[in-house]
Amino acid sequence: MSSPADQRTLTYGEAVFEATRSEMARDPKVFVMGQGVDDARGMFGTTLGLHKEFGPERSFDVPLAEDAMTGIGIGAALMGMRPIQVHQRMDFVLLCMNQLVNMAAKMSYMFAGAHRVPLVVRAIIGRSWGQGAQHSQAFHSYFMHVPGLRVVAPTTPHDAKGCLIQAIRDDNPVIMIEHRMLHNVRGVVPEASYEIPYGKARILSPGKDVTIVGISHMALECVRAKHLLEAASIDAEVIDPVSLSPLDIDTISKSVERTGRLLVVDTGWLSCGASSEILAEVFEKIGHRRPFVARRLGYLPTPCPTTRILENLYYPSPQSIAEATYRLVRGAEAPAWLPGRVDSSEVAEFRGPF
Amino acid sequence: MEERTNDPAARLYRTMYLIRRVEEEIIRLYPTDKIKSPVHLSIGQEAVSAAVCDHLDRDDVLFGTYRGHALYLAKGGDVPRMMAELYGKVDGCARGKAGSMHLVDPQIGMMGTSAVVATGVSNAVGAALALKMQKSKAIVVCFFGEGATDEGAWHESMNFASLRKLPILFVCENNFYAIYSHVKDRLAGPGLQARSRAYGIEAELIEDHEPMKLHERAGAAIAAVRRGEGPRFLECMTYRWRDHVGPGEDRVHKYRPDAELDARIEGDNLRIVGGMLPSDLRRSIEAAEEKRVQDAIAFAEASTFPEDQEIHDHVFAR
Repeated sequence: MSSPADQRTLTYGEAVFEATRSEMARDPKVFVMGQGVDDARGMFGTTLGLHKEFGPERSFDVPLAEDAMTGIGIGAALMGMRPIQVHQRMDFVLLCMNQLVNMAAKMSYMFAGAHRVPLVVRAIIGRSWGQGAQHSQAFHSYFMHVPGLRVVAPTTPHDAKGCLIQAIRDDNPVIMIEHRMLHNVRGVVPEASYEIPYGKARILSPGKDVTIVGISHMALECVRAKHLLEAASIDAEVIDPVSLSPLDIDTISKSVERTGRLLVVDTGWLSCGASSEILAEVFEKIGHRRPFVARRLGYLPTPCPTTRILENLYYPSPQSIAEATYRLVRGAEAPAWLPGRVDSSEVAEFRGPF
Repeated sequence: MEERTNDPAARLYRTMYLIRRVEEEIIRLYPTDKIKSPVHLSIGQEAVSAAVCDHLDRDDVLFGTYRGHALYLAKGGDVPRMMAELYGKVDGCARGKAGSMHLVDPQIGMMGTSAVVATGVSNAVGAALALKMQKSKAIVVCFFGEGATDEGAWHESMNFASLRKLPILFVCENNFYAIYSHVKDRLAGPGLQARSRAYGIEAELIEDHEPMKLHERAGAAIAAVRRGEGPRFLECMTYRWRDHVGPGEDRVHKYRPDAELDARIEGDNLRIVGGMLPSDLRRSIEAAEEKRVQDAIAFAEASTFPEDQEIHDHVFAR
């Protein structure tokens, strides 16, 4: 049974806002800090007006001091507060790495449970309309490498709300990866509060011929590729990991066990990346009993170029994903196949400006 | 703990003597290799921790560095659990996962020390932010060496603490040397007090070998912080007698003149404070603290090592 309320739609950005607002109302310890969170843009709408509703103590701008501000968030978390830190671009989170890796990730372990760090770091990956080399980087694999950090990368508005609520309520540091291209994507989001558990992948679209794992925005592109592949009579299963650390390797492995083929499409570079990790873990789990073929797609191994003509080459597209999948399924000897065209409107229409 | 005596010199002597004796015992035990981890000794620097912490309440929150034995003990940290931690035993304050560099006891506000220079400073400021948000009466005291002031994070933290008028006392233990690098080779401009004042934070320098003045000025600074006047900065000149790390002397490295070290040892703060006390009181303090030290070592010896499966515990809080 579904009521009309269950069919309410929000954009991804609105879902993030709703999760933040409802948690702030529920728990006075929750607060938001970050450059520009209380300005007229309100972090692409995700924090808009929270300082008016909850007061400037609970949603505030910070100096351009990522290192110390991260440490300050950690210090507040040690004292029982629940800070949400927001970074307009993940590129800037490199300035926070010392605190996130050396402190936040270590506090529970190093002090044998004497401390906990209920910290949420929202990091937004940029893309399109000339973001260039320093406003487009995706470092989720850096965080996946570190014990003591949780990493989530929801793709749908539904999962964005549930992942953020879960992250805020968690007593551990959580890095929430958001892709700027997802903020305006619309989907069904229940009004009630709910948590999306860690380590549970989502089968976005079932299929029997090949398993395609798409991370963050690439999950959307993989669904588009699946539709293109129908013209070649290839039935792809698209899986969104949702949670990158911990990973739900069971769901992915079970799919690969059925299909015998795995394509991982990352919102990031391939080398030492999330795609490498997924491939390695699936192989360790089933490789001894189920041979399978595999491939990875991701950003080209270059910095991101600014001009659109090159930028378009840099990212996997529904076409390139469909082509790679076709080759994986039909083999190197199969005749050439050109997928149709499909519009990734959130990319094409983006005018940011950032 | 016995009752708090009215004589601050007696309280300081008790704390400083405990710190000195614990660390002398660490030096004695080190060759046995029972303490299998780096130690950064506070011998020579005991007065700063003792004088500042004498003004703190149990609820006040303390952040420090890997040279943290003195701080842990001065705030009232459990001596047996510290020794067990150094031994890597399960009864240690962090079940052996921390060691000497990360002593912790949140029950008394000892928040756990960091071994990456200056990283604890911003955490301390964040704790002060939380106390202000929680409308707490407690304050934060943040200890660091002068080396930490080289780091960008220190500057960012000072700025924010002042911007938000947070309840925090910054205590710089200026012992001149970051490992073997002298502060004059690292610090430009008119010095740390001026840097602090540039952020709008009142600053004061206290010379070494004046432990009771240090005690009095720390009390004044803490009172100002408690009154809600915002952060204060104390630059406490001090001197490390031993090597940067390890139990030994370091004269062999020739990075500091022997005469400089000898003069500091000659002006021993522990002896200065002890000289203010009647000899029978001094002896009774020494006897009591000596017993605590030996009991702590016996406790550490008797404790067991953690079970193998503990390696997986506490990666995440539950």
